[in-house]
Amino acid sequence: MIRFLFKGLIRDKHRSLLPLIVVALGVMLTVVFHSWLTGVISDSIEYNARFTTGHVKVMTMAYADNLDQMPNDLALLNADSLTVALKKQFPGMEWVERIHFAGLVDVPDRSGETRAQGNTIGFGIDLFTPGSAEIDRMNIRKSVVEGRLPKQNGEILISNELASDMKLKPGDTISLISSTMYGEMAIYNFTVAGTVVFGTSFLDRGTIIADIADVRQALNMEGASGEILGLSQKGYFDKNEATEIAAAFNRNYNKPADEFSPVMKTLMEQNNLGALVDYSSVILTVLVAVFLLAMSIVLWNAGLLGGLRRYGEFGMRLAIGEEKGHVYKTMIYESLLIGTFGSLAGVALGMVFAWYFQHYGLNLKGMMQNATIIMPTVFKARITPVTWFIGFIPGILSTLIGTMLSGIGIYKRQTAQLFKELEA
Amino acid sequence: MDSGHLITIQHLKKHFAMGAGKFTALNGIDLTFDKGEFTGIIGPSGSGKTTLLNIIGSLDVPSEGKAIVMGKSVGDLGAREAAMLRKTKLGFIFQSYNLLQVHTVYENVEFPLLLLGIDAATRKQMVKDALEWVGLTDKTSSRPAQLSGGECQRVAIARAMVKKPEIVLADEPTANLDAANSHHILQTMEKLNHEFRTTFIFATHDEKVIGYIRRKIFLEDGKVAKDELITKS
Repeated sequence: MIRFLFKGLIRDKHRSLLPLIVVALGVMLTVVFHSWLTGVISDSIEYNARFTTGHVKVMTMAYADNLDQMPNDLALLNADSLTVALKKQFPGMEWVERIHFAGLVDVPDRSGETRAQGNTIGFGIDLFTPGSAEIDRMNIRKSVVEGRLPKQNGEILISNELASDMKLKPGDTISLISSTMYGEMAIYNFTVAGTVVFGTSFLDRGTIIADIADVRQALNMEGASGEILGLSQKGYFDKNEATEIAAAFNRNYNKPADEFSPVMKTLMEQNNLGALVDYSSVILTVLVAVFLLAMSIVLWNAGLLGGLRRYGEFGMRLAIGEEKGHVYKTMIYESLLIGTFGSLAGVALGMVFAWYFQHYGLNLKGMMQNATIIMPTVFKARITPVTWFIGFIPGILSTLIGTMLSGIGIYKRQTAQLFKELEA
Repeated sequence: MDSGHLITIQHLKKHFAMGAGKFTALNGIDLTFDKGEFTGIIGPSGSGKTTLLNIIGSLDVPSEGKAIVMGKSVGDLGAREAAMLRKTKLGFIFQSYNLLQVHTVYENVEFPLLLLGIDAATRKQMVKDALEWVGLTDKTSSRPAQLSGGECQRVAIARAMVKKPEIVLADEPTANLDAANSHHILQTMEKLNHEFRTTFIFATHDEKVIGYIRRKIFLEDGKVAKDELITKS
């Protein structure tokens, strides 16, 4: 009997191939949509973490209160010893010192007169210590479009857009005009080693990247750092982990009465990212739920129509003596088979697209020229464990429910009525 | 409940809901059928032929009265018992053949035997025999779409007869066939009726069928108008 039904299933393309294609397409879209949405949201959060907020960040309380102004006069003193303590106390995080600063880039002509000037936001990061992960963390190696990475002190990278606006090329000298930690005017010369494109409009408009030792020298910040970023070795933001570490740190180090005492803030407590993380989580859930529902309705209907189309056949089978329960069971088994194979095919196809989007992404730079938050312009998918099974929800469950609903008609109708539908 | 007849119909009425009211398809039928009959239920459209056949075939239930088929009251049968009756004792032939289009001739005929759980070797022999009865041994691998209307109906006969049922119910079996094919079909059924003493009950208004049957039951407005035995010379 199983063989007989299987032959029917294989031969009747309306029962096998077409539903299989519909299920596979539905599942594929679900997989791609979920992975892409997860990737976009995670990337936005991770970009912010890597460039500015970390998963947690240690600053002085005063610095934290004026974070938007990058107030290096309120920076952490003896930051190196604090970093060593952090590494020891919280080994699950990578701890890096950063100086985030603002200033003016002045480009001189041959006679030393100003040829061009532009605003800049700078990052002082550890470029030269062997084993430093900062270059890879900020994806600088792959972001260099002209020239090379800095090899020695005094060399910097500059965003390609700013370099282009100011007609700078590798080897040129610029002067950074800013203020020291003590409020004095600072002028420091750098050599452009290369230009970079981060794929983030906010950064690409005018950023310079220098070694933190150079920035300390330029801004007279010996032994000080504006920020110490902590990045989870898991590679992504874990809200619980970050909250626990921040609470533990603040219990030991933070003294509310001393505005220069260090305080640790999680990613969610900076740049309104808490709302973004929460909204993202809600939006991801809602969008995925809506999409799942839509796909479920499509597949449910496919199952329903597939069942209704066969009422005549069921009538004949019942007339010959097959029991209603047996007919119903065979429908369910068929839909399970179609749902399972369709879902497997859909997941496989979806994973191919998800993988493509994870590696190459979708470039939406043109739509994000005026973005003021750090977001990637190339939106990439992210394959997570959920991606592997989320497609099975519409693929199997909805197909099954559709078939079960259509099959109820077998019980509700008199056999003779099914028969009339057969004759029709 | 055993009256000695193969089928006993007593005061049978069948109503169908129609809007707020009801339509009476059968209005007090009393009939008996015995083994080996070759009987036609004759009447115009709407006279209740198919409804009567459906009730005898346990595809439908009486509204009033009784239909006792091989000792079992159709109205009292549960779905499972009715299915068992159809599976073991009844065969159906339909006007539009109702073959499974994606299955071969062999598989269509084999289907009732699969439901009966007959082993493969026996099944194979029974299908072969049934196809021999209808002269279709050369078409075993064909699909219904590759056959003529007459051949399709012969497959339907083989499917109905393969399990050697006590009763075959045929609803307008020649309605879609030309004269030559109709005669061929009827001769085949007549031969099987003689050979196995299977009871054949036709619902028909086809003159060609009427020419073959040995008992004519005329239905008019849901009632038996005339019940006539034909003596053939």
